[in-house]
Amino acid sequence: MKPQLLIGNAAVARGAYEAGVRVVASYPGTPSTEITESIVQYPDIYCEWAPNEKVAAEVAIGASIGGARAMTCCKHVGLNVMADPIFTAGYTGVNGGLVIAVADDPGMHSSQNEQDSRHYAEAAKCPMLEPADSAECLAYTKAAYALSERFDAPVFLRLTTRVAHSQSLVTLSEPEDAPLKDYRKDPAKYVMTPANAIRRHVSVEERTLALKAFAEETELNQVIGSGAKIGVVCAGISYLYAQEALGDQADYLKLGMVWPLPEKKLSDFVQAHETTYVIEQLDPFIEDHAKALGLRVIGKEAFTLLGEYTAAMIRAIVLGVNDAPAPKASPVPVRPPVMCAGCPHRGTFYVLKKLGLTVCGDIGCYTLGAAPPLSSIDTTVCMGASIGAALGMAKARGPEFAKKLVSVIGDSTFIHSGITGLIDVVYNKGINTVIILDNSITGMTGHQDNPTTGKTIRGEATKQVDLELLAKAVGISRVRVVDPFDVKAMEAAVKEEVAADEPSVIIAQRPCALLKYVKYSGHCRVDADACRNCRVCMKLGCPALTVREGRVVVDPTQCNGCGLCVNVCPFHAITKEAE
Amino acid sequence: MSNTSIMIVGVGGQGTLLASRILGNTLTQAGYDVKVSEVHGMSQRGGSVTTYVRFGEKVWSPIIEKGGADIILSFELLEALRALPYLKPDGQIIVNTQQIDPMPVITGAAEYPQGIVETLKAQAKVTAVDALALAKEAGSIKAVNVVLIGLLAKNTPIPRAQWEETLRATVPPKFLEINLKAFALGYEQE
Repeated sequence: MKPQLLIGNAAVARGAYEAGVRVVASYPGTPSTEITESIVQYPDIYCEWAPNEKVAAEVAIGASIGGARAMTCCKHVGLNVMADPIFTAGYTGVNGGLVIAVADDPGMHSSQNEQDSRHYAEAAKCPMLEPADSAECLAYTKAAYALSERFDAPVFLRLTTRVAHSQSLVTLSEPEDAPLKDYRKDPAKYVMTPANAIRRHVSVEERTLALKAFAEETELNQVIGSGAKIGVVCAGISYLYAQEALGDQADYLKLGMVWPLPEKKLSDFVQAHETTYVIEQLDPFIEDHAKALGLRVIGKEAFTLLGEYTAAMIRAIVLGVNDAPAPKASPVPVRPPVMCAGCPHRGTFYVLKKLGLTVCGDIGCYTLGAAPPLSSIDTTVCMGASIGAALGMAKARGPEFAKKLVSVIGDSTFIHSGITGLIDVVYNKGINTVIILDNSITGMTGHQDNPTTGKTIRGEATKQVDLELLAKAVGISRVRVVDPFDVKAMEAAVKEEVAADEPSVIIAQRPCALLKYVKYSGHCRVDADACRNCRVCMKLGCPALTVREGRVVVDPTQCNGCGLCVNVCPFHAITKEAE
Repeated sequence: MSNTSIMIVGVGGQGTLLASRILGNTLTQAGYDVKVSEVHGMSQRGGSVTTYVRFGEKVWSPIIEKGGADIILSFELLEALRALPYLKPDGQIIVNTQQIDPMPVITGAAEYPQGIVETLKAQAKVTAVDALALAKEAGSIKAVNVVLIGLLAKNTPIPRAQWEETLRATVPPKFLEINLKAFALGYEQE
């Protein structure tokens, strides 16, 4: 077959297909989302969006115990959520091969921290592979299944943003025949009571020794080059940066398997070179292990712990060569991401800002409510934290503070881990107000269905979680649904609910403006004669409203005619125009 | 043969992803080793977006670094200025003269720089075109991306027919005519 361009994530999905995977369960998270989305094109693979990563991992573990090759995919922080089942799956081992694809985000293009997932492989005592490009994404995924079944271990496949989202050439093959394995009841292996787990732990440590021996011989770990004085130990995207920077001026120990490490191979490589650098983004993972072996390598004393590396950085550090100065440009205004024109969240944040409330935020497009001019959000920690954090703040500062405080959380994030926080509010007598920003989709990761949308990952109709009933069922008496574009109603609802002496839930309901079935049309227009230049509309932070020559104007290339600005203009100076 | 690096920059929502797909597929069909890199997620929400396209005999890094771009294709004026440090000393800039105000300009915290085309011309070879007007002429303001691909195509060694073939394979049939017209308007610009 002719090679084709695929992003790393689609190549992982192809690898899973070629390895005969039968079950894939994930929760979306940039930069991992497209792996599971790409699985949808293979009709014989069961795939699902689970409510969160923990459930997704449990589904994959169950499928593996049931005899199928299975996969779960997440971003680095999603791995925290699934850590509990995964650590114990490290003890039970597998029946059908089990792969956990985890995508780290050095440079935090779309994340709240920069954690390094490699530590999980060591901590969970499971092997980890790390591809550098799309061809390796495909090949290593297949290798991961072979490894998983050979060593009776879940296997991590670690990507980074640039590997997950870069396209490079891939040659496809026909899928392997991986029949469903027999399922036999085996409580000593799969029921992790202390007595059984004590015995399994022995197997786990034996397995690690066997994997260390495998690491020495596998072609996944290769030495590239022919006798340069400089040695570079690296893995994944760092290998490509190092090759770009140094070419044949260095030899490379490219680790395709980053845990467990091939200690002898590493030691031989270091000893064969005058100077050896460990070039790895984020934490000194390989470096610390090399130094613990007593090897003389240069790592984080020269390279930063922060963000992404570049070839220029590597050239400067390793060769002392600085690239020619680039053309100069004077500082230009930044262009941060903003809520889209027509975004339903804009109405909610306009009201929250106007009322001057303290806002515990969450993870989603609406995190952008922290940016000027809406500038509403006080805290953002992790998925679901808006509710627990607000309860904690209220308990710390008392009911008067609680009456000037709200949580905002999206529909998908609420299902992911907000519901448990809400139960805590009810159970422990909080009086918090929670606003569920229900835009009928998982927005930030690019429109995935979730339990509140009534559709599966394949677009099939299914039971829809009713947020109103759910809130009532856990004990919230005050539940109301408001259209966030009706800013008067929204303002009234928020004022009443924060003042109440019991907990409340406001469901701010309006679908994401980018959904295909949302048909705004035409665009808005400012009547220059009626406009008093009060600039109330500019408080919306709409990318389609701007000021030219001292007057508010609508940029028709940006406006989608949602009409929110028409609703907030006190002088009726903004009107809708048909296309 | 050394590698060629093309950087596509613009504002989230302008259709840079489709442009990079057309470019990547055309280069693949032409038999090059190709790498295309872009970041999805947060940056799509009206923020600055950047795609790196690198091709040649063997490409290692998918990333274009400062001073590394042979061509910068910018969908918006300010974004061209932002990308300028990435241009090679003898590089070329193709820029759409459309102005989209970023939020700091909208809130009054910053001013949109004036005379950007002149600033660019002082340091590089620049082709500045009102691609929005050409897209309207082709039949849809959404075809800005394909007008710009047309402009870019003329500056590559790949024959016109091959680009049009990729367009046929990439664009939904009902938008094909508009897109072919948009491509032609870009390609035929002086």
